[in-house]
Amino acid sequence: MKGIRKVYDREVLRVDNLALRKGQIYGVIGPSGAGKSTFLRIINLLTSPDSGSILIHGKEVPRNGAERLALQRRMSMVFQKTLLFRDTVWNNVAYGLRARGFDRTEIGRRVRELLEQVGMTDLSLQRADTLSGGEAQRVAIARAVAFEPELLLLDEPTANLDPCNIEMIENMVVKLNSSKSITVVVVTHNIFQAHRIAREVIFINQGNIVEMGETEQIFSAPREELTRAYVEGRMIY
Amino acid sequence: MSSLFEGIIEAFRLIISLDPDLLQIVFLSLRISGTALIIGSILGIPLGTYLGLKPEKKTRLINKVIFTLMGTPPVVVGLIIYLLISRMGPLGVLGLLYTPWAMILAQVSLATPIIAGLTMVGVRAKGSEVVETARSLGAGPGLAAWTVVRESRIAILGAVITGFGRIIAEVGAVMIVGGNIAGKTRVMTTAIVLETRRGNFELAIGLGLILLILAFFVNSFLYNIQRGDSGN
Ligand SMILES: Nc1ncnc2c1ncn2[C@@H]1O[C@H](COP(=O)(O)OP(=O)(O)O)[C@@H](O)[C@H]1O
Ligand SMILES: [Mg+2]
Repeated sequence: MKGIRKVYDREVLRVDNLALRKGQIYGVIGPSGAGKSTFLRIINLLTSPDSGSILIHGKEVPRNGAERLALQRRMSMVFQKTLLFRDTVWNNVAYGLRARGFDRTEIGRRVRELLEQVGMTDLSLQRADTLSGGEAQRVAIARAVAFEPELLLLDEPTANLDPCNIEMIENMVVKLNSSKSITVVVVTHNIFQAHRIAREVIFINQGNIVEMGETEQIFSAPREELTRAYVEGRMIY
Repeated sequence: MSSLFEGIIEAFRLIISLDPDLLQIVFLSLRISGTALIIGSILGIPLGTYLGLKPEKKTRLINKVIFTLMGTPPVVVGLIIYLLISRMGPLGVLGLLYTPWAMILAQVSLATPIIAGLTMVGVRAKGSEVVETARSLGAGPGLAAWTVVRESRIAILGAVITGFGRIIAEVGAVMIVGGNIAGKTRVMTTAIVLETRRGNFELAIGLGLILLILAFFVNSFLYNIQRGDSGN
């Protein structure tokens, strides 16, 4: 990302220069309203920045057209407010595969395997809008990874979940990263979660990337005073 | 009082014996309103979906126009269509006046704003979230729009049924542009007006009963989908 600016009523995000590396797990932390969701939406090409450019594998993403859609299809996002379609669990998970024109047997194979992984096989024909919070979130993640994106963007995937579901989802994310080498960017305002699963942490405050570094370094020896204040829970905002 | 009572008895006889005059009128009504509803849906659902996905700020004026059209008295719509298609009007050469197509045109004009307006309100509830979710999962613009329609199907179904309720029960516009010609443009509502004036209460009451039954079904259907909100 180069020279990114996003302005709504005021400037909400400014990223001068940032590179994400393949195969990594990034934790994005920061107070609410800092611009974390906006950051993910810009990476996912859902929101266009007012200026600046995004480069994927060194190539600039065009503003629209088929090439942009093709790039968008190599990543996937789970939103802060998850929306499952009013359809069966099965059809939800199959959505991205159908959008990409996978054939029936391949869709069947992948959906079955994923539902197994997230422990939802028995509920595959249930309406997705009748699931509990934890079940819904597991389905949302299964849906987002069914087509094996190269980059998975998660916006507070475990907010409002019970510890058991939190652990399941964290394990899933780590496993997806290690077994399918999916790059993960996970936004969380739970700094302990960032500590547990991220290998690198990006700290955003008031639309600025204050600091980015190895997880251990950010938590034990932050370079910025602001970062130290935030990870030690002393930040006033 | 006795004529009313006899009228009701006779009306039931007409319905039960499937009186050909009555059936002809009922089927013509259903054909005209059904056609108008299909055309109105083809126009109104995409329009409402499109508007519902736009930020509200950008569509304020067109919203007001649609809401005004939703409440326009049918006779006014009938008058405007009449002026357009009468022999001196700009569409006069088509010779549509006093034909079923004129009535369909009038009913399309009445149904489309309702279908578009109610679809728009339904889509606006979470349409942009649906689009973003669809796009983040790799849907192109076409699939994303289709997903929005599917997700809003309950609201859209409600919109279509409300539109049907409005046009099947409407009398002013079809009277003006259709002319209430027996066997050709006489529908349930216009027949009721005429037969009542003539004192032929049986047929009027019979048609009235059928309209009431239709209204009951339409409204219980609407009531059910609004309460259940999860059916299908
Ligand atoms: N669509 C939008 N229109 C106007 N303001 C927005 C919009 N989206 C986000 N913002 C504003 O941008 C700022 C950052 O939002 P967000 O990225 O959601 O923060 P975070 O996810 O860190 O809580 C907030 O002040 C928010 O009000
Ligand atoms: Mg957020």
